Amino acid sequence: MSLIFRLASRNLLQDRLRFVATVIGIVFSIVLVTVQAGLFLSFERMVTTIIDHTSADLWIVPLGTKCFEDPSVLDEHYRTRALSVQGVTDAIPIVIGFTVWAVPSGGTTPVFIIGSSTSSEDLRPWNVVQGNLDDLSTPDGVAIDRTYFGRLGVTRISDTTEIRGIRARVVAITNGIRSFTTTPYVFTSLDRAKAYIGSSPNRISYFLVHISSTTDIVRVRTQLLANLPKVEVLTPDEFRSRSRAFWLFGTGAGAALFAGALLGAVVGTVIVAQTLYSSTKDHLNEFATLRAIGSSGVYIHKVIICQALLSAVIGFLLVACTGLVIVKATANTALPIIMTPVVTLGLFFLTVLMCVASSIAAIVQVTCIDPARVFKQ
Amino acid sequence: MTGLIIEAINVVKYLGHGAGEVKALRGVNMSVACGELTLLMGPSGSGKTTLLSVLGCMLTPTDGTVRVLGRSTADAGPGGLTKLRRDHIGFVFQSYHLFPTLTAVENVQLALDVQGVRSKPAIARAKEALVTVGLSHKEHAFPHELSGGEQQRVAIARAIVGNASVILADEPTGALDSENGHAIMTILANIAKDPSRGVLVVTHDPRILPFADRIIHIEDGRILGEGPDAGCSRSSRRILAMQSAGPR
Repeated sequence: MSLIFRLASRNLLQDRLRFVATVIGIVFSIVLVTVQAGLFLSFERMVTTIIDHTSADLWIVPLGTKCFEDPSVLDEHYRTRALSVQGVTDAIPIVIGFTVWAVPSGGTTPVFIIGSSTSSEDLRPWNVVQGNLDDLSTPDGVAIDRTYFGRLGVTRISDTTEIRGIRARVVAITNGIRSFTTTPYVFTSLDRAKAYIGSSPNRISYFLVHISSTTDIVRVRTQLLANLPKVEVLTPDEFRSRSRAFWLFGTGAGAALFAGALLGAVVGTVIVAQTLYSSTKDHLNEFATLRAIGSSGVYIHKVIICQALLSAVIGFLLVACTGLVIVKATANTALPIIMTPVVTLGLFFLTVLMCVASSIAAIVQVTCIDPARVFKQ
Repeated sequence: MTGLIIEAINVVKYLGHGAGEVKALRGVNMSVACGELTLLMGPSGSGKTTLLSVLGCMLTPTDGTVRVLGRSTADAGPGGLTKLRRDHIGFVFQSYHLFPTLTAVENVQLALDVQGVRSKPAIARAKEALVTVGLSHKEHAFPHELSGGEQQRVAIARAIVGNASVILADEPTGALDSENGHAIMTILANIAKDPSRGVLVVTHDPRILPFADRIIHIEDGRILGEGPDAGCSRSSRRILAMQSAGPR
């Protein structure tokens, strides 16, 4: 073990109370950043969860569509025009929209309807834990997620209610299809969806375009754009990016998360800087002695940075444990906090960066130290 | 006497600025030679510590020249002065300035660590230095577990472990009783017997006069002369006598 490490670690542990305060500062700060980053990730994934669960090669969307939940409409006959483009094997119509669910025990709650052709395999509910998706083609059949049982006032297959005054019957229950808007998704057939949201029979929200594997996607997109007025043709990645950009940055939600994370990092930096500075101040005579016996500035900086890094590592270990608990505790909630290895690594580097940045004030202080002060003490 | 290790030639040093400026050294000429223990004596405020700081390359003179091993320090710059201290000068302080979180051997090893000596040989040399000062049995003790005399011996071991050419000691017995003070001066006198080393001790303690090969008197920033009484004004002698008779 190097002498610098021994000196740094013992300096750090000499005042246990201050060390505990430092670590608590790091933990609170990075846990706040972790929660914000976890929420951001969760938000980012939930924003595109429906897009992620389709297998379309291209999406035909109304011009200016901001996100999947944007309730714009297209003419149904666009499907025929889309199918006329060479290489297009299918153009599946999708209807979406907000409407009102009558809670059986009384009152209403908003829901988000997603309707697609029951004969199509695209955009069907996933993670089905009860019931059968084929029953969506039966009269009044809808699929809901069990996360929203409490909100919707239903708890099992065959429970019935009304959506916009039209009868609905639960035929399938999913697990984990949560909406970031907190408005429950209700899956149903295309025609029933139109009825539930009250749209015209010939109005469609999107078309999911499938093309043959040998077809050039760029050419298909160009021809679709030429054939269909006032539409955009997006790849799933483009639609994902657009949805994320709208919800995370267009609405200010992402900015709020960023601001929270930034605030956490700043508060952490200030706390660590303060404790490192006061620790350095307490050991000023020792640093002056180091200068007097001929130590270079770099050597002293290494001692201080080593103290900062030790604080970072110990603090981060506690943050990682706390983060695991938070991830587990929120796993089944409406907005789970997500941690990935990359984010964990990023948080570690942020902790290190924060602690090293915190040591700047202390480094400036020892850089200006007069070695001759050792004679005056 | 062999070669000169440190020389001060017409050294002038101003401290402070503007109205608070003090002329701490007023054209000092002196030297420290190999194989000698030199005492620098003078009353409080006479410029002893300032001179020690200038000779120890911690302060640069306002005017005049300081030479270490024959080379002027004028062009050394802060980095060069640090290197001179690291390679050629060992310090012993009145209040020891040991690192409270390091053991005795680690405190000594620190002087080698800043020189870039690798850990294993550094530990071996640190232990050797502790043997030299008679503290081999306390190598794993922390400073708070050592007496004042023992702490000063660790500080001396730290000063000599890097093979410094000169040891500059500031009131090394100032915080010690007479028995421990005598022991410390014996160690410093033994170090000074090495023909490749010199020792300069700043003191106003007349009890250590017998250990000196040379005695230099300083007052009001000027060297008054050499010898037990040389150049010492009556008032200075009275101040020295009062200081040495005072409570310790």
